[in-house]
Amino acid sequence: MTDPHTSLSHLDLETPEKPFLDANELVINMGPQHPATHGVLRVILRLDGEKVLGLECVIGYLHRGVEKIGEHRTYTMFNPYVDRMDYVAAVSNGLGYCETVERLLTVEAPPRAQYVRVILTELNRIASHQLWLGTHALDIGAITPLFYTFRDREEILKIYEKYCGARLTTHAFRIGGLQYETYTGFEKEVKNFLDFFRPKIDEYEELLTTNRIWVERTRNVGTISAQDCIALGVTGPVLRASGVKWDLRKAQPYATYKNFDFDIPTGQNGDTYDRYLVRMAEMRQSVRIIEQAVGAIPEGPIMAKVPKVMKPPAGEVYHSIEAPKGELGYFIVSDGSTQPYRVRVRPPSFVNLQALDVMCRGQLVADVIAVIGTLDIVLGEVDR
Amino acid sequence: MIAKLRGSYGSGIEPLTYAGQNYMVVDRSLIPEILQVLRNEEQFDYCVDITAVHYPTREKQFEVVWVLYSFARNERIRVKTQILDGASLPSSVPIWTGANWLEREVFDMFGIKFDGHPDMKRILLPDGWKGHPLRKDYGILQQDNEWVQINLGIESGQ
Repeated sequence: MTDPHTSLSHLDLETPEKPFLDANELVINMGPQHPATHGVLRVILRLDGEKVLGLECVIGYLHRGVEKIGEHRTYTMFNPYVDRMDYVAAVSNGLGYCETVERLLTVEAPPRAQYVRVILTELNRIASHQLWLGTHALDIGAITPLFYTFRDREEILKIYEKYCGARLTTHAFRIGGLQYETYTGFEKEVKNFLDFFRPKIDEYEELLTTNRIWVERTRNVGTISAQDCIALGVTGPVLRASGVKWDLRKAQPYATYKNFDFDIPTGQNGDTYDRYLVRMAEMRQSVRIIEQAVGAIPEGPIMAKVPKVMKPPAGEVYHSIEAPKGELGYFIVSDGSTQPYRVRVRPPSFVNLQALDVMCRGQLVADVIAVIGTLDIVLGEVDR
Repeated sequence: MIAKLRGSYGSGIEPLTYAGQNYMVVDRSLIPEILQVLRNEEQFDYCVDITAVHYPTREKQFEVVWVLYSFARNERIRVKTQILDGASLPSSVPIWTGANWLEREVFDMFGIKFDGHPDMKRILLPDGWKGHPLRKDYGILQQDNEWVQINLGIESGQ
């Protein structure tokens, strides 16, 4: 039985003229069940000894047809589905979706809801980066950071659990604002978390930033230039590590990000080490944003006036947010009925994964693992 | 910019705005040129997304949408065109390398082919699959039963 998932056409497997044992080129399959591919990603590597000559990604193993489901659910019913795409950053997914539908409905969430949204989304960015750091370091061989980051991520998940009852696929936001008022002691707990977390970032950095093995394994590995990033549509920390100071929270502010003071960390070399530094710095910036937001949550309603049966006027809107992985966009077409006519998700992981080939060429097999880790992909979002 | 484009291409371009977002409906025949001009002259150097919408009741059933962004201008624009079922479009991979997977996904989901694409094949669904799921005539519970039975060895994936 041939594997129907792939054709190896452009990898040129058919080279019968070559004599037996002329093993200059080797085609190796990695995945889909491989611990370092962060899910069900299959990579077909074309190797010259240890050196990668090129690779092809085979994806779709986790395809659930989210966009099709969206056409068959009402706007409200589809809301929890988006959490299942990038399941480690479910809150960001929800924010993007709710804001897009709000644009179609021309409503705006009240300021109190916006502030709580910013706090939860930034906490989510930290949680997502923690998970990335733990698994990425584990892939490369540093086991300790995984325990540290999961221990600390737990504190964020506890806040989520207390706020909306769920830890991972939170469904935290509603179209038009929030369903739940913050619980008693929410602000204090978030502040406590920030005080707890600030020294933890230093702890992570102490383990890795000057660690010789870490530096050797990441510096000049998987380098990608700013031009290549832009041509490939790569966004998020990967783009910033290549020196492009671009973040949607600043470039086209949404929610209430324009009220907060924060920097966009960038790198210079566009290698795995710079991407590591950028994400570490981003966690610190997220702490800064939450700090400002949590001290200034305005009083007031948490829900805008939204009809019980949502029927946005016919039209279409593209709206995107800066998710932990890059630009997460929603393109929703309404035909004036209760269900979206078309929901398109522009997933950052999917587009970023395209750069894997460029980043791995000329590197060693072991570096492929590092590069997959540094791209920070979530297969649930790649395949949708 | 729109005025300039209209000046050179006339009525083939219809600029529109909805909810504060600019988009333009472009004649199919002008697509290769317009995309090239937007990239080279108007600095839309980042192809955010390519997607399609199926309107089975229209004569030109498919609407293909390019979402573009310019870093220099911090501006977004959507380019739309309408094509017949079975018609193809020129690939924009030579303009934006990143269009590669996006076009493959449009092909996978809608069956719209892009001419000149370096590797025009399915991306999310398996190669042998029949049907394009995001067409409106493809049911939500529909699947390629034959494929499922042969390749997964089960009666149905439902």
